[in-house]
Amino acid sequence: MKTMKQALLGATSALVLFTAAPNLAKADELTLCWAAWDPANALVELSKDFTGQSGTTMKFEFVPWPNFADRILNELNSGGKLCDLLIGDSQWLGGSAENGYYVKLNDFFDKEGIKMSDFADAAVNAYATWPKGTPNYWALPAMGDANAWFYRKDWFAKPEIQAEFKQKYGRDLAAPATWDELKQVAEFFNGREIDGKKVYGAAIFTERASEGITMGATGALYPYGFKYENTPGKYDMEGAVNSPDAVAGLEAYKALYKCCTPPGYTDAYMGESLDAFKSGQVAMAMNWFAFFPGLYKDEKVGGDKIGFFVNPKEKVAASTLGGQGISVVANTDNMEGALAYIKWFAQPDVQKKWWSLGGYAVHKAVLTDPSFPESQPFAADFLVAMNQVQDFWQEPSYAILLQAMQKRLHDYVVADKGTAKEALDGLVADWTEVFKDDGKL
Amino acid sequence: MPKFRKETQVTSVTDTSSSLLGKAANATPAPIASRIRGISDRSMAWLFITPAIVLLLAINIFPLIWAIYLSFTNFRANRPNAPIEGVGLSNYSRVLNDPNIWQAMQTTAHFVFWTILLQTLIGFSLAYLIDRKFRGHAFWTTVILVPMMLSPAVVGNFWRFLYQPQIGLFNYIVSFITGVPPSSFEMLGSVQLSPWAIIIVDTWMWTPYVMLICLAGLRSIPDYIYEAAEVDRASLWRQFWSITLPMALPFIMLAVLFRGIENFKMFDMVTLLTGGGPGSTTEVASITLKREAFESWRTGRASAFAIILFVAVFGLANIYVKALNKVKQR
Repeated sequence: MKTMKQALLGATSALVLFTAAPNLAKADELTLCWAAWDPANALVELSKDFTGQSGTTMKFEFVPWPNFADRILNELNSGGKLCDLLIGDSQWLGGSAENGYYVKLNDFFDKEGIKMSDFADAAVNAYATWPKGTPNYWALPAMGDANAWFYRKDWFAKPEIQAEFKQKYGRDLAAPATWDELKQVAEFFNGREIDGKKVYGAAIFTERASEGITMGATGALYPYGFKYENTPGKYDMEGAVNSPDAVAGLEAYKALYKCCTPPGYTDAYMGESLDAFKSGQVAMAMNWFAFFPGLYKDEKVGGDKIGFFVNPKEKVAASTLGGQGISVVANTDNMEGALAYIKWFAQPDVQKKWWSLGGYAVHKAVLTDPSFPESQPFAADFLVAMNQVQDFWQEPSYAILLQAMQKRLHDYVVADKGTAKEALDGLVADWTEVFKDDGKL
Repeated sequence: MPKFRKETQVTSVTDTSSSLLGKAANATPAPIASRIRGISDRSMAWLFITPAIVLLLAINIFPLIWAIYLSFTNFRANRPNAPIEGVGLSNYSRVLNDPNIWQAMQTTAHFVFWTILLQTLIGFSLAYLIDRKFRGHAFWTTVILVPMMLSPAVVGNFWRFLYQPQIGLFNYIVSFITGVPPSSFEMLGSVQLSPWAIIIVDTWMWTPYVMLICLAGLRSIPDYIYEAAEVDRASLWRQFWSITLPMALPFIMLAVLFRGIENFKMFDMVTLLTGGGPGSTTEVASITLKREAFESWRTGRASAFAIILFVAVFGLANIYVKALNKVKQR
């Protein structure tokens, strides 16, 4: 009987130790959640310094982009404890702030002397604040990003191609500066045979399920003059979302899709754009700045063969905002450690190293450094883009607003349903219903 | 003394040996047997089925009741701190008046109708051929069954490559037969072709399943009925219409029922093939439901939609089962 009791006690103790082990380890361990892409690898490298200084072990949970929102928002909604720190999309700020998923960082910033004025204004507004335009901070700007373009510089430089282009359009072949020029260049290359292979004009975003076509089409909508509201904060969308300028922008995007994308390009996002470019299928492609360091290093299409350009303007200069801020998840068991990471990450030296490793720092110590524009072939474009970015709604209902736009745009652009005006009118109706449900209209 | 006690117990248990309980006690060591003896047959039955009932309640009935409750509220799973308010029948009314949902229902009906029709026709034809018992029929039966053994995720990705307009085998075969350039049509990207693209894949994958059920039906028909028909000089055509088809009909109807229910809630394969696109061309009801519940996070409305789908499938299946029973009775 005594032996039995001892065995039972031993087993119970082992069980207690086993179940408690993760919590014990948690005190000097942090889990950072983000999307699985090139900059995440740079962050792993950078965070080794934090581990070296603090002794805190860093764990990373990187989710592929198509599942990133689903996976992480499910985690937050269910009160999970997977993430101590989260580099979440800018559109999540409203919901995460209002639902109490993120820790408000104002007091912490004040206490530690972290100033938001040290970071680029556009980045602070986009990645850190909610409600917009107020000094309420829920994140530290971590990764600046915008949608931009890259092209086959070696193809553009071919004398016979240059001559033919000049003869046809009466100007030199160069990176397009407007959407009209973009379409001309795309049409010029589309169907052409280069190095014995048929190539196409441009790879753009058409993905339906998550956010792809919205992020791509806003690259045309914003420059043509699309606005979310007539008066910021009033939700008066009629005449802004479906303005003649917005209709023209959407028609331009569809025209580019119809004329110049590779066959089967009906559901394409970041990965497909990179594949199309790296396989030598397209002359130009849109994608996020985050991928540019990797593209530049690519042996087949990088180096001298690749060039970069900011999203072309039309009526105004504008780029679709990407990028994220880093937030402390309110549910964390290691609040002290998570805040220590934020404090460490905000240091100018760390921000400089972050940029050198391939992350897009938005600290002014990095951006205003005189050597910055020359530090990478796309650095100057990044500066331009970050000064003209526009973002999607950051409302708590952003997911419904995004799904409505995904459907309306894909129906019009890819499935040929209705006109651009009808698509945008329908979008106004969808968004009006959402804001009415939210009590904002 | 212990030996005597044991014998006494065995004697007393033997008295009740006619019952299941008695048999169980007989085969059980003495201390446990004495405990079992105090339990009635009914209690024992409850003891055995309680875990299953608890599991059923926890993973089927409770979520159903909870979904019914949520369907009358404004609950959103991504706003756990917001107060849950009753909205009456508003969610049901909005679902039933939503043109997007009706479009998804039409897409689902189109998909279900054509897949069932094609799978039944081809499946029964294959079963009829396989039933002839030609040389190597066992091998060919196995080959035919391979698609249904694959995971829908594998099938979805596999066919996505086959349908690729530049390198896909499907386009090349069509091109070879018709002379149309392979890159000139997009099975998954075209509004006209994509509904048929998903029907082709589902038919390819699940026709073997229908064939298997039909084959069981054909093999259940006794040979003497055909022998009697031959004595009566009935033609093969007459035998097929008067014997084969009527006697295999309950099996065919069963296959239609299974495939109908499965395809009504089709999600995985279509998601992998088209994601509901282009636009919303192939957005079947379950994809709309998933988007409503887990992308838009309108949990109350999604619950109402789920209940409507459940009632529709349950109601139709019940009507169908009654018809099936009538056919079996004939």
